[in-house]
Amino acid sequence: MLLVPCPNCGPRNSADLTLVGESEPRPDPAATTPVEWRSYLYEEDNPAGWTRETWYCRLGCGRFFVTERHRAENRFRNPPLGPSGEPPGRT
Amino acid sequence: MAGDGSGASPAQPIRSRRVRTRYPARYSAASLLWRGKRPWPRIWDSGDLGSSYDAVVIGGGVHGLATAYYLASNWGITNVAVVDKGYLGGGGSGRNTAIVRSNYLTPDGVAFYDRSVQLYERLAVDLNLNVMFARRGHLTLAHSDGALRTMRWRAEVNKHQGVDSDVIGPAEIKRLVPALDTSDAPRYPILGALHHPPGGIIRHDAVVWGYARAAAALGVEMHQNTEVLDIDVAGGGGPEGKGPGGRVTGVRTNRGDISAPVVVNCTAGWASLVAAMAGVRLPISTHPLQAAVTEPVKMFLPAVVVSGSLHVYVSQTDRGELVFGAAVDPLATYDTGGSLAFAEELAGHVLQLMPGLERMRLLRQWSGLCDMTPDYSPIIGPTPVAGFHCDVGWGTYGFKAAPVAGEQLAACIAGGQVPELIEPFTLSRFAEGRLVGEKGAAAVGH
Repeated sequence: MLLVPCPNCGPRNSADLTLVGESEPRPDPAATTPVEWRSYLYEEDNPAGWTRETWYCRLGCGRFFVTERHRAENRFRNPPLGPSGEPPGRT
Repeated sequence: MAGDGSGASPAQPIRSRRVRTRYPARYSAASLLWRGKRPWPRIWDSGDLGSSYDAVVIGGGVHGLATAYYLASNWGITNVAVVDKGYLGGGGSGRNTAIVRSNYLTPDGVAFYDRSVQLYERLAVDLNLNVMFARRGHLTLAHSDGALRTMRWRAEVNKHQGVDSDVIGPAEIKRLVPALDTSDAPRYPILGALHHPPGGIIRHDAVVWGYARAAAALGVEMHQNTEVLDIDVAGGGGPEGKGPGGRVTGVRTNRGDISAPVVVNCTAGWASLVAAMAGVRLPISTHPLQAAVTEPVKMFLPAVVVSGSLHVYVSQTDRGELVFGAAVDPLATYDTGGSLAFAEELAGHVLQLMPGLERMRLLRQWSGLCDMTPDYSPIIGPTPVAGFHCDVGWGTYGFKAAPVAGEQLAACIAGGQVPELIEPFTLSRFAEGRLVGEKGAAAVGH
């Protein structure tokens, strides 16, 4: 069992949440070529190390949040705060 | 792209398998008697790592070894090194549930896997090693009207392409596999099944060792404990000349550098990491898939039984153990530690199918890493880096495809064109937006 630190609910069993995937900035659909958009949709870094990812707290608070996880060791750490000190939101 | 099918006809493979293969020893009853207790000679002795090869295959699993074998046997390219950071067949090749079938959903998938089953059928002769192919038949159970409709669809696609599949009802299922509960008592009663007689199981270690032995006899070198640290690329658009537009020039390993014009990535769960060394980003995320095996009992399960709705597939090995597999874990991770939740869920689902197993004990469980793509289909063939080929993205069903993948990739490398069978599965399909809709028949359906 993996405990996922939900910022609203606290640690929860990973079965309560859905891993949405790697968190990367969404390109502007209006100004993106189909190839760039598909690259955003499909390609992954998939590192065996720290990666920033989006989770959905499916059976808990129902919110999306961003955290960092080590994909080989399954440890979590908080991602750095935004430019004006705000917590990282849904990206 | 390379394989547009126009212009000159593709290069033809040479046929020299029987002539050039020289094994250190033949496995036959006569040689057993003659040899007595004397030790068998080493299957191969690759010695030191060379500094230059015509091709380097990264990953000594069944896909890498099959590619090397067909490069040597079909195309005469024998100056090939297979490097693996661990030992041969230590990844998914030794962890899968060894099921072979071709009852897929899309015409592309059916044609591809049918060729693989054909190669598996004559593999023991080709490799001169008994790979213990047990053609027991394969039952995919349907527990709902929707599932039954998909089975009918698959059966018709299969029949159209000459693959033996049919939908059968509960009475016929009970006749084939008496241990199954075909009554309407379970929560998800069995309504019917897709029966696929050519499917079966095969000894996966024997396949790995057979390919390794046959490739070594043709001159291919196998280097275990040889980890690729970096891939040299020149002329690409990214940092250090890597990335799209570049050309691969060699690999750096923990045992020395190798120059090679062709580098093949056959590393399954680690494919993203190896591709990143060449500056190629893949649409792959790595998920573990867990499997388990029971204590051995007398033979009672004559077919491979699969239930997509219950996320389980089960077969009985020649030793009598029941081998169970499930869907991939939903969490993308490189951690292969198993979980109790898996064993509990698996046991519950198996008992739904076969209540008579309630006193069976699990012997062990394990997991292997699966390289999952968005469309549950492989990535095979050239990449934007010239000379750097991939045979990855097999996800949960790479084992059953290994012979055809190796054969076709070898043809792609040696012939310079993408063969028709793997055309639908090139990496470029993601940028071009033509994904292969195989999820319905590939997810859990092993």
